[in-house]
Amino acid sequence: MHSYYSFVTGPLAWIAFIVFICGSIWRFNSLWQLTKKKDSAVFEYMDRKFALRSIAHWLIPFGSRSMQLNPAMTVATFLFHICLFITPIFVFGHVMLWKENFNISWFALPNMAADVMTFIVIGSCIFFLWRRIKLPHVKYLTTPLDFIILMIVAAPFMTGFWAYHQFPGFVSMTIIHIVSGEIMLMAIPFTKLFHMFLFPFTRGYIGSEFGGVRMAKDW
Amino acid sequence: MSESKTVNDNKKTESKKIEDQGIQKGIEQLTPERIESVIRQVINDETGARLKVYVDTCLHCGLCSKGCHFFLSLKDPKFSPAAKVKQTLWEIMRKKGKVSPEFIKEAALIAYTQCNMCKRCAMYCPFGLDVAYVMSVMRRICYKLGVVPLYIQDTAHSHSVAMNQMWVKDDEWIDTLMWQEEEAQDAMENLRIPLDKEGADIFYSVIGPEPKFRAQLIFQAAVIMNAAKENWTMPSMPGWDNSDMCMFTGDYEMMERLKRLHFESALNLRAKRIVMGECGHAFRSVYDVGNRALGWRMPPIEVVHSIEYFNELFEQKKIKIRKKFERPVTLHDPCNIVRGRGLHEMARNIVNATCANFIEMTPNREHNYCCSAGGGVINCGPPFKNARVESGKEKAKQLFAAKAKGAEVVIAPCHNCHGGLEDIIHHYGVEMELKFFGDIIYEILELPE
Amino acid sequence: MSDYEEWNWDIGKKQVADLSGWQEQFPYIEELRVSSDGERVAAIVKNEDMEFTVCIQSEGEELETWETGYDKAWNLQFGPDDRLSALVSDTSEWKVCTDGETWENGYDFLWNMTFNTNGVIAVSAQKELLYSVLNNDVPWENEFSRLTGMVISPDGQKTAAVVESVPVLESEIFKFRTGCYSVAVNGETWERNFMNVWNPVFSGDSNHVAASVRTSYYDYYIAVDGKIWDTVFSSVWEPRFAPLTITKAETKVSSDANNFTNAHNYSVTAPVKKGGKWFLAKDGEIFWDRPYFQLWHHLYSPDGSTIAAIVSTEFGRWTIASDNTPWELTFSDYVSDPIFSPDGKRVACLFKENGKWGVAVDGKAWDCQFDMVWQPIFSNNGLQLAVKIKKDGNYYIAINGSILDGKYEDMANPLFSPDNSSMLIRGRQGDSYNREVISLKGRI
Repeated sequence: MHSYYSFVTGPLAWIAFIVFICGSIWRFNSLWQLTKKKDSAVFEYMDRKFALRSIAHWLIPFGSRSMQLNPAMTVATFLFHICLFITPIFVFGHVMLWKENFNISWFALPNMAADVMTFIVIGSCIFFLWRRIKLPHVKYLTTPLDFIILMIVAAPFMTGFWAYHQFPGFVSMTIIHIVSGEIMLMAIPFTKLFHMFLFPFTRGYIGSEFGGVRMAKDW
Repeated sequence: MSESKTVNDNKKTESKKIEDQGIQKGIEQLTPERIESVIRQVINDETGARLKVYVDTCLHCGLCSKGCHFFLSLKDPKFSPAAKVKQTLWEIMRKKGKVSPEFIKEAALIAYTQCNMCKRCAMYCPFGLDVAYVMSVMRRICYKLGVVPLYIQDTAHSHSVAMNQMWVKDDEWIDTLMWQEEEAQDAMENLRIPLDKEGADIFYSVIGPEPKFRAQLIFQAAVIMNAAKENWTMPSMPGWDNSDMCMFTGDYEMMERLKRLHFESALNLRAKRIVMGECGHAFRSVYDVGNRALGWRMPPIEVVHSIEYFNELFEQKKIKIRKKFERPVTLHDPCNIVRGRGLHEMARNIVNATCANFIEMTPNREHNYCCSAGGGVINCGPPFKNARVESGKEKAKQLFAAKAKGAEVVIAPCHNCHGGLEDIIHHYGVEMELKFFGDIIYEILELPE
Repeated sequence: MSDYEEWNWDIGKKQVADLSGWQEQFPYIEELRVSSDGERVAAIVKNEDMEFTVCIQSEGEELETWETGYDKAWNLQFGPDDRLSALVSDTSEWKVCTDGETWENGYDFLWNMTFNTNGVIAVSAQKELLYSVLNNDVPWENEFSRLTGMVISPDGQKTAAVVESVPVLESEIFKFRTGCYSVAVNGETWERNFMNVWNPVFSGDSNHVAASVRTSYYDYYIAVDGKIWDTVFSSVWEPRFAPLTITKAETKVSSDANNFTNAHNYSVTAPVKKGGKWFLAKDGEIFWDRPYFQLWHHLYSPDGSTIAAIVSTEFGRWTIASDNTPWELTFSDYVSDPIFSPDGKRVACLFKENGKWGVAVDGKAWDCQFDMVWQPIFSNNGLQLAVKIKKDGNYYIAINGSILDGKYEDMANPLFSPDNSSMLIRGRQGDSYNREVISLKGRI
């Protein structure tokens, strides 16, 4: 068990981070090069002011009509994304790991808060799952991969909660937790999870087009 | 057993009811090899990161659904914007172009007749993914495969031969202008439609259907231009038509030819700017799409839509009205000049300057519902009329709501919107009258002595 | 231009027409036209019976009108030979009227009045919905269901137009694809039909016609006398024939006149699109190998040795390329009216940058910018470049980057004198239409 643990926290962790970072750079660069080669006009229309204007409206909860029309989704999405980023970085166990391995540390979340945030992520995932199964227009679009991605995202939180609270089998669960986190990291560059990096560009581009050329709002 | 089979068969014939000669005969000439090679050519040579990012980034969240009047009207998940991508480019990219002629048929129906390219969905997608662009790629593929609805293909042919949308011959155009000039002289003595006048401030261009079916609009424009004492002109030779169905069929080479002729007609006459009639798609073509295809970041000459022009006439007090238009009006915001150029506030300025009683439709401005006719859909002709009108149900509700508040007249400053709204009003029994801004202004205009 | 060297080139200004007299006499006056020598001014007017006619005035003379009044007159133009022509209609019959004399042949409609350099007139014509061309009052023998894009040959003997060689009805999209259009030269169509034909153009010797065609939605070619190039392109713009010139080296060969014709007249160039970029092609082969975002309006120097074109070197940037070498200076909005100096050594063009117009010569822009500019004109020795410009609502002449003093409310393009020492300006100042010859000595 211990050797598994050393492997997943040692080499595999390094691999996961390298794959995540290098993969993201590679994907981003290949898209950038392709844009320069095939869609160079896109750069001509990118406008910082209008790009930021659009991004801002879409980063403010209920800042767009689309968000107002889908209040449950808006609440779920915002809480989900906030918790998804905050929790892994500030959860006590992770902060300890950084301290132990690299001797750097920062603020850690109180346990209660971490639990609540974990529940929010899991709850949001259930909500997303429900949408995929129950709402016809979402169901129609859903592919098996969408469920897998949802699983990839939910797994580290479910397993982490389990491991932290030392429910039965928590030792194995800790390893599964670490692996699931690493899988998520490694999946980012190669799946739709990459949308986190593309958002500023797709939003910024349409914002520039709407603002700079079409002189209209896009929210 | 046999009973249920009959039901199924019926259902099948129901969904296959729309038959279009252009599409049907088009797919009969296809082979899988041809399909694959055309798709590869278009995807590899003509698209790049944009298409890839749009298709790869879509999270299948379905939020775009509420952006689409097809979905809102029909409540069928197949009509959400992302669903239209799923049924076309996702599949094509997933299968690397190995799709059947039957698939191309369905894809052509979706791309040409189930998307108005109104770009409303881009305002509902959190990522701003532009489904209209993806549909335009699908149309480009269909066009290159020769699978285009007959009516719109015919219109594109007209563009290629006559350089206008309606097969108007060179002489018919000039004759129509002279006829309208003469008619308008009854309203204003010595009124002119100056042909080919060099150095004019305004080069006035219209769409093919104006001389063909709605010549009174040219008459009205001439009266307004003369009342405002404008230094204006219209060209006698091809280049007068600003419309562009080639942009919508996917014939971009022809679109480039049309737009070049239009721009150069105005620039060769050393006109200061182009003022366009009340048309939306033509504006999109001249202001946004055509210029880019030719290599211009923005149009090489200032392009002004009628709304902007009329607004300017009132702001600069170049024309006067006798009295305000009395009957209560509502305003339809056309996609190509609202989401396409942000002219909605100017449109309201004109309404306020000309009409005594204005009732807003909701949602409005950038969020207004499309007329279901735009993007070349109405130009696909009678085979698709019923489906088009059904997809305008949400629009009909909007109209009924405005009517309940008292609106009697719908102002729609776009030709396609007129066509689409006319069918919706008739089909759903809305009983409202449609007008252009030009109609209203002409009706209340104070003619100079 | 007739007797250009014989014109009055004495320095001085004179009134050609007193327009206040026109306004008193006519309730309706259209745009003024002036003859190239500046001696006559004309306009379409309505006479006291409210009929259309043409009013003309020369220096010191009373204004006169054409004898007949018409239901409608339009397209008034002084031809290159300074004869004055218009299209006129009487009881719905249209005719060409030159200096008050109408042609014999009447039609249901006439348009696109076109001149060769000597002033021969051709016009597109429609009668009972059949279309043909009338060249110097001689109609084509054949008529067509549709006709457009008529051009006249340099020698004035021939006319060509795009015609519907196979009548096709609206909505017959499959028949359309088989090819229903061709070029008719003097009424005789090419042997082959195409899906579309655009921009027919004559060779310098008037013996050949080239045009842009497409044989399918995506197969574009240049056709010369009905035969397409061997190479297909994804799009093409209008072709040009190399000009007819005899250089020293070629004079020897030209002893055999036929050989000369074959060797040179057929050389045709055209902008072509391949792989999403534009190139210049010559007789079917890529001639300028550098890819451009756009390439059009190519033109030959008078001796045919150099070709220049308007090009876009990158998206949204425009300039001139001479023999495939683009200027370093590029413009954002527009480039137009490229022209070679008579010796072929210099190239000038107009440009528009940030909404203002300017003039550029050999890759350098003039300092001053204008609200509008007309076609640039080189002096005969190529040293001076003049343009008519518009600034703050008035017209001026600018030469080599400086604006001359004279201010006009209306103006024709200026002309250099044969010896380049003076310039003819024709323009309206107040109620007076003036002819002015100014000395350029000391001005530039």
